[in-house]
Amino acid sequence: MLELRDLSFEVTPENGAKKEIIRNINLTIEDHSLTAITGPNGGGKSTLAKLIMGIEKPTGGQILYNGQDITNLSVTDRAKFGISFAFQQPVRFKGIKVKDLITLASGTKLSTVDACEYLSKVGLCARDYINRDVDASLSGGELKRIEIATIIARNTPLSVFDEPEAGIDLWSFNNLIKVFEDMKSARENSLIIISHQERILNIADNIIVIADGKVKEQGAAKNLLPHLLSGTGGCKFYQ
Amino acid sequence: MDQIQQTLLEQIAGLHELPAGAYNIRANGKSAARNTTANIDIITKEDKQGIDIKIKDNTKKESVHIPVILSQTGLTEMVYNDFYIGDNCDVTIVAGCGIHNSGSQESRHDGIHSFFIGKNSHVKYVEKHYGSGDGNGENVMNPTTIVHVGEGSFMEMETVQIRGIDSTKRTTTCDLEKDAKLVITERLMTHGKQYAESDFQVDLNGENSSTNLISRAVAKEDSRQLFVAKINGNNKCAGHSECDAIIMDNAKISAIPEITANHLDAALIHEAAIGKIAGEQIIKLMTLGLTEAEAEEQIVNGFLK
Repeated sequence: MLELRDLSFEVTPENGAKKEIIRNINLTIEDHSLTAITGPNGGGKSTLAKLIMGIEKPTGGQILYNGQDITNLSVTDRAKFGISFAFQQPVRFKGIKVKDLITLASGTKLSTVDACEYLSKVGLCARDYINRDVDASLSGGELKRIEIATIIARNTPLSVFDEPEAGIDLWSFNNLIKVFEDMKSARENSLIIISHQERILNIADNIIVIADGKVKEQGAAKNLLPHLLSGTGGCKFYQ
Repeated sequence: MDQIQQTLLEQIAGLHELPAGAYNIRANGKSAARNTTANIDIITKEDKQGIDIKIKDNTKKESVHIPVILSQTGLTEMVYNDFYIGDNCDVTIVAGCGIHNSGSQESRHDGIHSFFIGKNSHVKYVEKHYGSGDGNGENVMNPTTIVHVGEGSFMEMETVQIRGIDSTKRTTTCDLEKDAKLVITERLMTHGKQYAESDFQVDLNGENSSTNLISRAVAKEDSRQLFVAKINGNNKCAGHSECDAIIMDNAKISAIPEITANHLDAALIHEAAIGKIAGEQIIKLMTLGLTEAEAEEQIVNGFLK
């Protein structure tokens, strides 16, 4: 279980006034659930995801994971504790191969066949990719799918996805939904997915709406979704 | 051959035992072992230190290993190795120098390798430099490589210097005839107070000749590096040089690419980039459970692979 207590994050730009990005957020993410976090751009969703992974440090409040205070733990320690993070804009590396990255993610020695299986799950024809560098030769969409494959390979109790749909084509998006559905139906791990996509909100157990650094609404998807989508033909926060 | 010499040999040539094909192993200034084949002859020079390697026309799928090892502190040597490669050959040449210096005096190996490549041949040349030792004596290597690539021939050159060499000045001078091609890949890592200089000059003299110079370098701690790449396009030709360097700690790196077109149809490009490891690369690997130091190591190893 992940618990955010009174979590705050503010930045002070040079010669500027303090800006609160996250304002006293209190949240609980239950085990074996799929939680979608949605809300307008600039509302603080990605920052919240980075605070959970430890990429940003909160300026106030606490983060508890399975009852343990992880607020001051490094990214590495949180990763070892069983938290994964899929970047909205995946990082490129010169000289690190797709297979190397998936092997690092899995934490064990992988055969080519094993590594290919993870790539196939995200809709990549594995043999074409396994020995390629994770560098500028890959398109944004390919990179994004490889990023998601690394999270599947890690198979940790908690995974945070920052806008997994961004930059992915429609065909891959259908595949992606299936990946999330499979992960959800296995009920082994918890997923937090930051998304604007109705189809991702549709498969969530719970939805949290973040706007202006605060929790605007939260609840079971089946209760919240009709009201979120009402009248606009799409998520109103997406307009 | 003792344990230290065997370790050096393994590092620079990947050899656990005597190689197949032609070879000449030079240990502490003397020839330690030699083998020639029907197509490849190795002859000791009479006027100076070094050997002539003569490869007959049409020699295919053969290799020559000429490793040099120095394990005696204070030994300095200047060696001339000349390679005469005939027409229509396809050969691999593995050279390299390993120094183990456990004393306090400078150990130094300066090698001058000249290649005379005939027509329509393919030569792969691999050179590795490695130093070790627990003394205060410096390990110094100054390799000079001179390459003449004949009509329609292709020379691939790979050089690697990953650790242990305190000071190096590498000079590579090449000229290419019609339809000749040259690809050079250099990988270099310096640390401590090491200094490394790499100086390339390529003259594209023949019509449709082409070259690609690729350098990947990492400078750590207080080390310094200088990379110079000059390409002269003297005919209808294509030339490209690329220096990609990672700078860490207090290191200093200079990259000086220079391209000169002396012909209307010379197409020349240079690229040079120096920068530290991107913070987001380290963070990504940390999210996979690596520590910051492990992440750095992974990035550097991949970069130099």
